[in-house]
Amino acid sequence: MTPDWEPRIVAFLCNWCSYAGADLAGTSRIQYPPNIRVIRVPCSGRINPLFIIKALQMGADGVLVSGCHPGDCHYQTGNYLARRKAAVLRRFLEFLGIEMGRLHFSWVSAAEGTKFSQVVDEVTQAVKRLGPATRLVKARTWT
Amino acid sequence: MMEAQGEKIREVARRLLEQDRVDVVIGFEKGSLPLRASPVFVRTVAETHRLIWDCFCENNLARYLTRIDDHRVAIVAKGCDSRAIVALMAERQIPRERLTIIGVPCQRMVDRRKAAAAVHGEILAARCQDSNLDVEGRDFRRSLPRDAFLYLSCRLCTHRNPVIHDVLIGDPVEESTLNEPPSLRLERCSDHQRWAVFSQTVSSCVRCFACRQACPMCYCQECFVDASTPSWIGRGTDPSDIQMWHIVRAFHMAGRCVACGACERACPMEIDLFTMLEKLNRDVKELFAFEAGISADTTPPLGTHDPDDPGDFIL
Repeated sequence: MTPDWEPRIVAFLCNWCSYAGADLAGTSRIQYPPNIRVIRVPCSGRINPLFIIKALQMGADGVLVSGCHPGDCHYQTGNYLARRKAAVLRRFLEFLGIEMGRLHFSWVSAAEGTKFSQVVDEVTQAVKRLGPATRLVKARTWT
Repeated sequence: MMEAQGEKIREVARRLLEQDRVDVVIGFEKGSLPLRASPVFVRTVAETHRLIWDCFCENNLARYLTRIDDHRVAIVAKGCDSRAIVALMAERQIPRERLTIIGVPCQRMVDRRKAAAAVHGEILAARCQDSNLDVEGRDFRRSLPRDAFLYLSCRLCTHRNPVIHDVLIGDPVEESTLNEPPSLRLERCSDHQRWAVFSQTVSSCVRCFACRQACPMCYCQECFVDASTPSWIGRGTDPSDIQMWHIVRAFHMAGRCVACGACERACPMEIDLFTMLEKLNRDVKELFAFEAGISADTTPPLGTHDPDDPGDFIL
C-alpha cells in the first residue's frame, strides 16, 4: 500500500432519501471524505446484489448501500426487500472470504445531511483500515 | 427393495397412460454406462418397461417441469425432486393440476465418481443390492458398502421422503437430521483462508454452465451470464469473472435451493458447489426460518419482508 493511498468507495444511494441526504450535506457545506463515487438508484430495493459484486470486481475498495429508513420507502417496501438481500449477501461474501468491512449498509433520510457525512466518514475509515481490495478484483487490462 | 419400487413405478405409469390421465411420464431408465441412469420420457404403454429405479437415479427431474407447456405430466419424484416441485409451485412456475407426482422415498444416490475411484480398472457393471454396491470389471468383482459411496448432498439430506405426492411408491424411510454441515468448518477459518479455498475451488471452472442447466430452480429466460447489454461476466480468462459467476449463481439460489446437489453432479470438473449452497441455506433458515420446497403457500424469503427483520448491521 502506498502511503498516499485513498480508497475508492462506490455508494449506491436511493433517489428519495439518501441521495437527497447527500445533497443536503453538500448544500449545507458539511465536510466528508471525498472517497465515495455516488450512483443514484430509484430505490435501495432496485440494487441487484450483482451491482455490488460487480463494483467489487471492477476495483471498488468498498461499497455503501444507503436507502430510506424503515417505513419511509417511496415504494412502500423496497428498503425492506433490500434489507433481506443485504442480510444474506453480507454473510455470504464474508463466508467466501471477502472482508466484511468492505460492504456497508445505512439508512439516511433526506433530512440527515449530518448523518450522511458521518456514515461516509465511518465507511471510509473502515475501508482504509482494510487497505486496497485484492480479492475478486479484475486485473486491469486498460490504462 | 429398489427393484420392487421400479416394478411399482412401471405399474403406475402403465395405468396412468392406459387411462389417458397423462401425456408423458418422466422417470429414469438404465443409462448407457454402468453407474448411470438417464432421464426418460415415456409416452406410450409399450415404453413403460424402460422405467427403472436404482441408486443411480441422481438427476433432479423437476428440471423439466418449467417447459411442459400444456402437457399433462406424471413425474417420478424422490425427496429432492419433490422439494423442487414445491419450490417451483411457490414461485408459480408450474401448474399443479397438470401434474401427477409419483413419489419415491429415497434410499439416497451413489456417487459414481467415488465408486470408480475405489477400484482399479474400469467398472463395467454395477448394481445396488440391500446395503451393498456390487461392482464388476474385466478382472475384478467387489462388493462395496453403499453408505460410504453416497453423494455429499445425499449424506446431508433431511428430506428423503417426498414432501408432496399423488402416489407413493413403497414405505416412507426414516429421516435423518443435518449434522456437521461442511461450511461450518470453513467458517472457523480466517477470511484469508476462506478466500484461498473459494478461489481455488472455482479456479478449474470451464464455464460450461452445466450447473445451471441441471438446476431445477434455474429457469430464467435470459441468465445474467448470457446478457450482453450490459455484459456482467467478462468473456476472458480473468479468474474474477469465474468467481463472480459462482458467487452470483449461488446467491440467486438463496432461499430457493432445495439442496438436491444436481449442480455439483453435473459439473464435469467436480467443483464443490454444494458447500456454498449449504451455507446459504443455513443462513436463510437462521435469518428467516425458511426452508425451500416445504410449503407451496409460503413466499420465498427474498421475495417478501417483515418489518421486524434483522437489521442490526445497518448504520
